Amino acid sequence: MTTVQPIRPWAPSKQDRTITAASVIGSAVLTTVIIAITPLKGKLAYFFLFFLLWFFVDSVLIARRSGSKGIRDGLAAKVTLFGAIIVLLAVASILWATVSRGVKGLHLSLFSHTMKVTSFTDPVANGGMLHSLIGTLYLILIAIIISVPMGILTAIYLTEIKGRAAGLIRFLVQAMSGVPSVVAGLFIYAAIILNTPLRNSAFLGGLALTILMVPTVTRTAEEVLNLVPHDLREAGLAMGATQWKTVALVVLPAARSGLITATVLGVARIAGETAPLLFTVGVFDAINPNPFKGGSGTIPMYIWLGLLAGTPESVQRAWTAILILLAVVLILFTLARTLGNKKIKAN
Amino acid sequence: MSSTFAPQTPPVSAPAPRKLMTKPRPSDQIYRGVVTAFSFSALIILALIGAFLLIKGFATFKNQGLNFFTTAGWSVQTNDAGKEVAHFGLSAMLLGTVLIALVALFIAVPLSVLTALFLTFYAPERIRNFLISVVDLMAAFPSILYGLWGFFILGPMAEYWAKLINKYLSWIPFFSVPQPSFTRSPFIAGIVLAVMIVPIITSVSREVFSQTPLDRVQAAYALGASKWGMIKAVVLPFGSSGIVGGAMLGLGRAFGETVAVFSVLNIVFRPNWHILFTQGGNVASMIIGQWGEAGKTEISALLAAGLVLFMLTLLVNFAADFVVNRAVKSGR
Repeated sequence: MTTVQPIRPWAPSKQDRTITAASVIGSAVLTTVIIAITPLKGKLAYFFLFFLLWFFVDSVLIARRSGSKGIRDGLAAKVTLFGAIIVLLAVASILWATVSRGVKGLHLSLFSHTMKVTSFTDPVANGGMLHSLIGTLYLILIAIIISVPMGILTAIYLTEIKGRAAGLIRFLVQAMSGVPSVVAGLFIYAAIILNTPLRNSAFLGGLALTILMVPTVTRTAEEVLNLVPHDLREAGLAMGATQWKTVALVVLPAARSGLITATVLGVARIAGETAPLLFTVGVFDAINPNPFKGGSGTIPMYIWLGLLAGTPESVQRAWTAILILLAVVLILFTLARTLGNKKIKAN
Repeated sequence: MSSTFAPQTPPVSAPAPRKLMTKPRPSDQIYRGVVTAFSFSALIILALIGAFLLIKGFATFKNQGLNFFTTAGWSVQTNDAGKEVAHFGLSAMLLGTVLIALVALFIAVPLSVLTALFLTFYAPERIRNFLISVVDLMAAFPSILYGLWGFFILGPMAEYWAKLINKYLSWIPFFSVPQPSFTRSPFIAGIVLAVMIVPIITSVSREVFSQTPLDRVQAAYALGASKWGMIKAVVLPFGSSGIVGGAMLGLGRAFGETVAVFSVLNIVFRPNWHILFTQGGNVASMIIGQWGEAGKTEISALLAAGLVLFMLTLLVNFAADFVVNRAVKSGR
């Protein structure tokens, strides 16, 4: 029995694959040979020489079949791959450095001890960063409590009310997302610490982080609310619900997982911010249960202090802390992706 | 619960028709009022930032005048009469900020455009989404991570690259150095910033590239264009303003970056445009560097510097927003 096989004229033919394989292997061999017999050396030489030779070898092989147009096409494909690989190498280098250096300092007392009786230059097994974890948790909670309602209400204005100022507001939110983090910290210092009796505290740090978090929440929430089908709103209004009941009981529940994504992305944006904390939270070596009074330890400041102290032990502490911070960001990011990919359903 | 089908007593009289009106009910008026009020929070916050930094930094602007922008130096001294003599000048820092940002753009824009083209047109379907996630994740890395990486991993490598560039290209004025000292240079800070802004420029470019009208793409293919021919004739002209806008968003980020630059840059109050040399300036990093031991006069000057930085980034972001919106809206 014969069945009709689907043909795929765009798929690379056997000849194409042979050419690709031959040029990759050939240029790899050539690179090794050239590096062995000339004074060129190092990873850098390997990387660039390989790509140069690959362009050349592949061009020669393609030229016979496709002419100069084929050569240019092949060149473009390789140059874009080259650019993407450099970017991926940078990411890989960052991740590898963090993991390989960070794991050396991981131990359980990190999560159960503070730096109250330990200095950063003590052996790594002493002390821990419990106070920093709690401080960062406070900061994130405060920032969420203020910025999520603010962001979602702004997004509702942009998508549900569609007021006359919507264009302006969208523009300003975009501009706000470009406010440098150091300026957010300076602003809280200039506005609150210089004018009121309030001094360094987790609360003020949370306020500074709010400025950085609101634009992220607003923009993501706007995107999500725009995805809620119009039928749902019309159905709500047709059933006799008032506008605000339609928004509160139909639109927002339908967009719930997307709004959580917006919050999570906002938290990922601010979790590692360091500069604003220098002006607003300060440092503290032990757990400070009161977020409204007194400085507080935070993960970014823990890393910062470790980096500034400059001894091998303190730098090791910094790498371990950044590994933990990175893990938190990674988890938040994955969470946001998974929630964001869920389809918006009408309940 | 009683059944809905239970017989009901008929109404005594026909219900009076409800009065129809377009005026929103009181509950809706409250809802609209609250939401509208909150939506202006962005405007209020931006205005407050400008206002408070101006009020608290005003003394510095008044005392230093234009020298604040045109001279280099940062000192507070008490003279013999016991009076404070302060000199604050940002010129070296402003020059350094722009220089580092330009180095970053010079590296990041080509890389980002290539990456965006690869992700949109060349990447195999199976790994495309993964690669896009990786680039997005890069944008979520905390800046202190870039600082640590830049100082410990990239620094030594980039120093070697700087020596190579200096050896072969020192006849170009930018690449010459007064003394052979290459650590913690604007060049290294520029590379770190480049890695930080690549995800921003890539995602903006990718968004614009993927909105290329399909009919034009198909027209190019139908006329016999190769993939590169199609990209050159259709995608790049269509997406060019998106690339420019993305680059400007990246520029705004590069101006304001603090911790990462502070970790890898040797900040000196002397204008230096030798990008490979171990002297540089950066407004944001200078602020956190000087903050620790700042007295009252100096804090005012640092707040003034913060205002300058705020205005600079705001301006760049406004321009970027304008360009990107035009690119996205123009459609065809």
